[in-house]
Amino acid sequence: MKDNADSYVTEDGRTIGPVVMEMKNITLRFGGVEAIKDISFDIREGEIRAIIGPNGAGKSSMLNVISGFYVPQEGQVWYQGAPRPPMKPYQVAEQGIARTFQNIALFEGMSVLDNVMTGRLTHMKSGMLAQTFWRGAAEREEVANREVAEKIIDFLEIQAIRKTPVARLPYGLKKRVELARALAAEPSLLLLDEPMAGMNVEEKEDMSRFILDVNDEFGTTIALIEHDMGVVMDLSDRVVVMDYGKKIGDGTPNEVRNNQEVIDAYLGVAHD
Amino acid sequence: MNEQLAFTIEVFLNGLMAGVLYALVALGFVLIYKASGIFNYAQGVMALFAAMTLVGIQNGQVPFAHLINAIFGTDVHKFGWHIHSFLAIILTVFVMIALAWAVQRFVFRHLVGQEPIILFMATIGLAYFLEGIADLMWGSELKALNVCAAEGTCLPQGMNMWLEGTTYEAFGYGFFIDNLDIVASIIAVLLVGGLVMFAQYTKQGRAMRAVADDHQAALSVGVSLNFIWILVWSLAGFVALVAGIMWGAKSGVQFSLSLIALKALPVLMLGGFTSIPGAIVGGLIIGVGEKLFEFLIGAPFLGGATENWFAYMLALLFLVFRPQGLFGEKIIERV
Repeated sequence: MKDNADSYVTEDGRTIGPVVMEMKNITLRFGGVEAIKDISFDIREGEIRAIIGPNGAGKSSMLNVISGFYVPQEGQVWYQGAPRPPMKPYQVAEQGIARTFQNIALFEGMSVLDNVMTGRLTHMKSGMLAQTFWRGAAEREEVANREVAEKIIDFLEIQAIRKTPVARLPYGLKKRVELARALAAEPSLLLLDEPMAGMNVEEKEDMSRFILDVNDEFGTTIALIEHDMGVVMDLSDRVVVMDYGKKIGDGTPNEVRNNQEVIDAYLGVAHD
Repeated sequence: MNEQLAFTIEVFLNGLMAGVLYALVALGFVLIYKASGIFNYAQGVMALFAAMTLVGIQNGQVPFAHLINAIFGTDVHKFGWHIHSFLAIILTVFVMIALAWAVQRFVFRHLVGQEPIILFMATIGLAYFLEGIADLMWGSELKALNVCAAEGTCLPQGMNMWLEGTTYEAFGYGFFIDNLDIVASIIAVLLVGGLVMFAQYTKQGRAMRAVADDHQAALSVGVSLNFIWILVWSLAGFVALVAGIMWGAKSGVQFSLSLIALKALPVLMLGGFTSIPGAIVGGLIIGVGEKLFEFLIGAPFLGGATENWFAYMLALLFLVFRPQGLFGEKIIERV
């Protein structure tokens, strides 16, 4: 696989498009602690890109940099061919980057449908007054947004709970609702922070299937974090491996699997 | 028809209308509390500030006249014009929006993520600051708030007639009802209806509910917290203005206006801090309850003046038996 090509062919024979996001020499510090040390990698259109690494490797920090929750001290984030100025998370969302959280951040007081509808907020354009009285264009827009939301609810097989308040749902379903809300934004880049954390085998299989289906059906570019090696290797097209804030590997699952540094990190070889 | 019963009905109706005003003030609290978790002690002072600003603009007063005169040795007090009530109300709305922006920009933006008690203390500070600024801007004397400040500046012509108390004939008995109360009730109903529609159907309303529920999640779906907070403070300012106009038109614009905030507290205990319909129903229950209690039990048996404490007693009972209020969100906790 060549780094600068416009496209590449994955291990399972799919062709992946050009670079949509590029992290250039990102360094992130909290006080004196360097959570991310000079990391560069790219995300290409239509691929599933995984960021893996042991606990505390800086994976979530990386995702938070991409989604604007953290601002790195050094380095640049390039998005769609241009450097991105420091942005607030809501501005990043407006640019078409949706995300989920490791510890689930849903609107607990709202129903599943309302939660998914909030994912459409960046697509709502009509004026305040028009919407208050729900006329004409505003009404058509509402109906269109509702259709997208319902389609995604069907897709993720959560029709049965669409009117249920989220607070009543079990953990596994909450994770799925959060994915639905992120998808409702029809993102050009979808960030998943440990989508399978805390799930049992069956739930993990379901979630893996949904992630693959989303990528396949909508062509959504996905960047995900996971520390379960097995799951990641099956899901992803390319993998970045982090350890202690540094990048120790980058490539297809097979390349990464045979990388000595990665093996050491996972098997726990002593650090100098 | 029995005279006593008819009189009771009259008391009931008057209580209902007093309740509308309580509800309006409580509404301001609910809006801000829902979206930002801040218990805004300054809501009452905001009503006072809004009413004073309205009167000042109507009468063409020069803001900060005393300060300007003291510094520059001038003697200006008035611009010498009267502004049409309708225009004055619109200008006051803009002042309240500016206030909302300033409050967010200079106070709460620096306190994001602080403990609720710290935010609460900040609103106490805000209350006293606003009170002082209102005095400095418009002077501290009692002012009459007339929807007709001078000839030709009336809202619709002949509004005065509509605002005076009138006796209505029904069941062969004359009910005395303040027309102002009826106007106030209608406006309050429209306002609440509008707010509910706004929260339910608009992008900003949805975003408002999202922010009220979870900040992090709201950010991730593209909601600017800062914008929403300015929006709710503006809405609360607008509600305060309406309450200020109603109350001010009744008993003049004076410092005691800011104390109606304290009457809103029991309303919130009843209705729940997070429910818009709750604020309305709570307000009506307190309004009717205190008037009827005074009339039926207080005056004949307890020596009167029960209106002062009835609301708080009712709130206390609610706190004991239903702490989330009538409509407050039930606390669901998974274990």
